[in-house]
Amino acid sequence: MDKICPTIDDALSVIEDDMVVMIGGFGGAGAPIELIHALVERYKKTGSPARLTVVNNNAGNGDVGIAAMIYAGMVAKMVCSFPRSSDPKAFTEKYLAGQIGLELVPQGTLAERIRAGGAGIPAFYTPTSFGTELAEGKPIEEFEGRKYVQERWLKADVAIIKAEKADRKGNLTYRKAARNFAPLMAMAAKVTVVQASEVVEPGRIDAEQVITPGLFVDRIVEVPNPQQEEALLRQGAK
Amino acid sequence: MTAKLSNAQIAWRAAQDIQDGAYVNLGIGFPEMVAKFKPDGREVIYHTENGILDFGEAPPVGEEDWDLINAGKKAVTLNPGAAFFHHADSFAMVRGGHLDVAILGAYEVAENGDLANWSTGPGSVPAVGGAMDLVHGAKNVVVITDHVTKKGEPKLVKKCSLPLTGVGCVTRIYTSLAVIDIVNQRFVLREKLPGMSVEELQAVTGAELVIDGTVGDLNVPEL
Repeated sequence: MDKICPTIDDALSVIEDDMVVMIGGFGGAGAPIELIHALVERYKKTGSPARLTVVNNNAGNGDVGIAAMIYAGMVAKMVCSFPRSSDPKAFTEKYLAGQIGLELVPQGTLAERIRAGGAGIPAFYTPTSFGTELAEGKPIEEFEGRKYVQERWLKADVAIIKAEKADRKGNLTYRKAARNFAPLMAMAAKVTVVQASEVVEPGRIDAEQVITPGLFVDRIVEVPNPQQEEALLRQGAK
Repeated sequence: MTAKLSNAQIAWRAAQDIQDGAYVNLGIGFPEMVAKFKPDGREVIYHTENGILDFGEAPPVGEEDWDLINAGKKAVTLNPGAAFFHHADSFAMVRGGHLDVAILGAYEVAENGDLANWSTGPGSVPAVGGAMDLVHGAKNVVVITDHVTKKGEPKLVKKCSLPLTGVGCVTRIYTSLAVIDIVNQRFVLREKLPGMSVEELQAVTGAELVIDGTVGDLNVPEL
């Protein structure tokens, strides 16, 4: 078993037009910048992958990462909780012009929908959003005297995430709070593509320290010294 | 007489009620200020929805690690004993009733505890983040806010006019003029600025203030 891919492009070759793609990260922490930018480059050269539905907490900041995907025109719809950032121009312009779709999901509901997608749970009930406009049209049930909103699982064709360490069997660790959505997305996608800052031999990640077990991971590419979205933005990157 | 409390003074007053050993989530922006006024000798553990328990102050400029941020995407540090976890665990802490206090800002709070703090209505890009999750589960859902809007309209109202964040969720409100509990869908006045009469306070409040026992003086230090 060897899930290591020789190049980023090879690792990403599973992504095609019209797919639902989950992208790890909360703001800049955990954003798999090299994978995202390779997709943008491929789209600019070939026109594919186009019309993607992207699942992330946010909708891009400045002109790097998901914002670069949006500027390039390859995103048809965002599923996110907070499509604002210090510089949300990419999404805001397209959204107000009616050129990009938005499914707004409360952050905890987004996380749980992704978890449910990975865990084989088609729907669940949450108190979040009850009585608000985000619950409109959704089934309501009462449990122990309190009202709850039915939410459905969220699954993806591909997840692209960033890990700190990976071994060829797919076991992953993450760096600090860069973990955020990645372990959930790895569960909820048919194919999970990982950029790891370091690829190590099996056994070099202590079994007690594995955060994402290799079963949830399909393709790994090593990207040493990865770029960090927030750091890039602060350097004024284009 | 102080005309009204500053934001720092509202945050100070809210901080005095956070108990030793409490697990607390501070909303983005103004609520983050509460951490500054934690009384000495109390250990408070702060939760941030993106996946850290027990984060500390901001690092010095130039020493930020952008993989170590809070929900407002500001750089933070870790206290000894901190923990990282993924988003589903983080919101299990929120919805599962494991946090003692969540402190949030508000556009409007209704006397039945309804909160509006995420959307000012159509015309902009909607963004909710964790606000709708945070109002469910914490044992105390606390609002800190100016008592009135910039135009002088009451923010404490009979019924919210803006899109709701949550229904019947707020338990206590610290304003620039008063401390108010929500009990049985009514505003119960606990403290008010000493120089202000109940009638004057009522005049800038959009629903009836109920007096139940003694109304204390809202005394805060100069900050």
